[in-house]
Amino acid sequence: MDDQPFFRPEWIGDNLDVIGLRLWEHVQMTAIAVGVGLLVSFALALLIRRVPALYGPIIGISGTLYAIPSLALFALLVPVTGLSLVTAEIALVSYTLLILVRNIVAGLRGVSADIVEAATGMGLTERQRLLRIELPIALPVIIAGLRIATVTTIGLVTVTALIGRGGLGYLIINTGINRFFPTSIYTGVALAVALAVLADLALLGLQRLLTPWARARSASV
Amino acid sequence: MSIIRSVSSSAGGAVVALEHVTKRYGDADAPAVDDLSLTIPAGEICVLVGPSGCGKTTTMKMINRLIEPTGGRITIDGVDVMSLPAVELRRRIGYVIQQVGLFPHLTIADNVAVVPRLLRWSGTRIRERVDELLELVGLDPAAYRGRYPAALSGGERQRVGVARALAADPPVMLMDEPFGAVDPIRRDRLQNEFLRLQSRVRKTIVFVTHDVDEAIKMADRIAILQRGGILAQYDSPDAILANPASPFVERFVGADRGLKRLSLARVRDLELIEPVIVREGELRAEARARLAARDGIDYALLVDDRERPLGWIDAGDLAGEGPVPAEAATPGAPTVEPESTLRDALSAMLGSSVQLGVVVDERERVIGLVSVDAVGEALRAPVRAADGTLRPVGESATG
Repeated sequence: MDDQPFFRPEWIGDNLDVIGLRLWEHVQMTAIAVGVGLLVSFALALLIRRVPALYGPIIGISGTLYAIPSLALFALLVPVTGLSLVTAEIALVSYTLLILVRNIVAGLRGVSADIVEAATGMGLTERQRLLRIELPIALPVIIAGLRIATVTTIGLVTVTALIGRGGLGYLIINTGINRFFPTSIYTGVALAVALAVLADLALLGLQRLLTPWARARSASV
Repeated sequence: MSIIRSVSSSAGGAVVALEHVTKRYGDADAPAVDDLSLTIPAGEICVLVGPSGCGKTTTMKMINRLIEPTGGRITIDGVDVMSLPAVELRRRIGYVIQQVGLFPHLTIADNVAVVPRLLRWSGTRIRERVDELLELVGLDPAAYRGRYPAALSGGERQRVGVARALAADPPVMLMDEPFGAVDPIRRDRLQNEFLRLQSRVRKTIVFVTHDVDEAIKMADRIAILQRGGILAQYDSPDAILANPASPFVERFVGADRGLKRLSLARVRDLELIEPVIVREGELRAEARARLAARDGIDYALLVDDRERPLGWIDAGDLAGEGPVPAEAATPGAPTVEPESTLRDALSAMLGSSVQLGVVVDERERVIGLVSVDAVGEALRAPVRAADGTLRPVGESATG
């Protein structure tokens, strides 16, 4: 084992199907975590919009969740939810909350008072004002949060290999570190990094597409 | 198109009436607005003006229920504003604020189309209305329709704000310091443009400002409020300047209120003095005789063959025989137009030696003279109040 080459490209060719499967699993786990995280965060942000006093407690709790090391969180959850996808996702979702709630709230609060007043004075209902005016204007800040949450989650998914999940983390930890097989480690790391960069660029592209007005602003300055 | 044209040209506002309106915040002792009653006739601009804390903005916002009154009644054409759902009421009232509040994520066309969309107009009708309104406020629809607010200057945004408020052709418009964020030169232009626009659309406009000069310029009627939301005076600008109802109003309109009144009146409002006209090339003896025949005037006005003024000429200049040459005149007669304000006319006259202004028509032909005395007399003439009565200057409206 010690005399094997440091990097064996032919292993990648031989195991494309396994690698592909892990990559797909990684994408799925990230999507579920960020998707559910976004929904929960939206609900919390709307709650804060209605009852601003809840901002402190909600940020406090999501900040505490964010501070718990992932290993410790698994240790707490496994006795309850087992070595399951649910355990992994609960952990991943709770890590997205702090960033997402904070950015959604900041985005909505960033809509200037005169715009809100104009919208109300023109006869938009509360709901129309939120959907047609405030959320679209908050979108750049919300998507900025989404980019950070997504990149963070892509990194964290690898850790869930410790409870038998993990996507690309499986390549890094199970076939890589545990079996002293560097090729697998590098493959997993490279793909995880590439995935993070791609997801970030895709979200940036999405933001450009959805907020052409934000460019008009910077272009005019 | 013809239907929409007729909608926008349907001159007409609605009567806005406030009856004993009071606004109290929480359990504060002093009300923000106290038992305020005033009626704004349809199609007029009523400017609410006063120092900060006088409740002018609160008063305006109670009309579209951004603030709910604690007492009294507000009606638009007899309909109590509280009898309608607030959002429906607001869609029928145009609203313009100081920072304009254009929606940055919507194009100019979409900004203007906000209320028509809420009212579920058809796409074609909205498109036509947007183009019509952009033209109305002096913006080329083809160039501006697709732009975002960030790409516009302050003045352009302000015009879009007005177009947006007019979109659904509301009978009433509320304007909260609409030109406050624009520099003075552009503000003057926007004010003039807006007055021209108003002469076409004839909305009932409630206009809030803290600037008394803006109030005098824009208003058909001014409501001066003092701290605590008390109505200090409600009358035409000229009547307020001529007869302030209280020491507070007198201080608020300023010590130069006489001069401010001069900005309200125009040369055409004066009775012009008939000049002694001497034509270039006329015989001196004839001219002398005509000048001598007129009492109280020592100068004749020398004009050229097209009746354009050349300058003043006196009996000494006319001595001798032969025709009067153009060079005989002392140049420097200030010319004013019938449309000039008395303030501008007075300023021109004070700067010249004879202190008479020559009123000329659009072809620069002499039509008469104005004197400094005549301007002074105009200031002393009785003033017509908003209720139609004539009152001598200096007499307080409330006695």
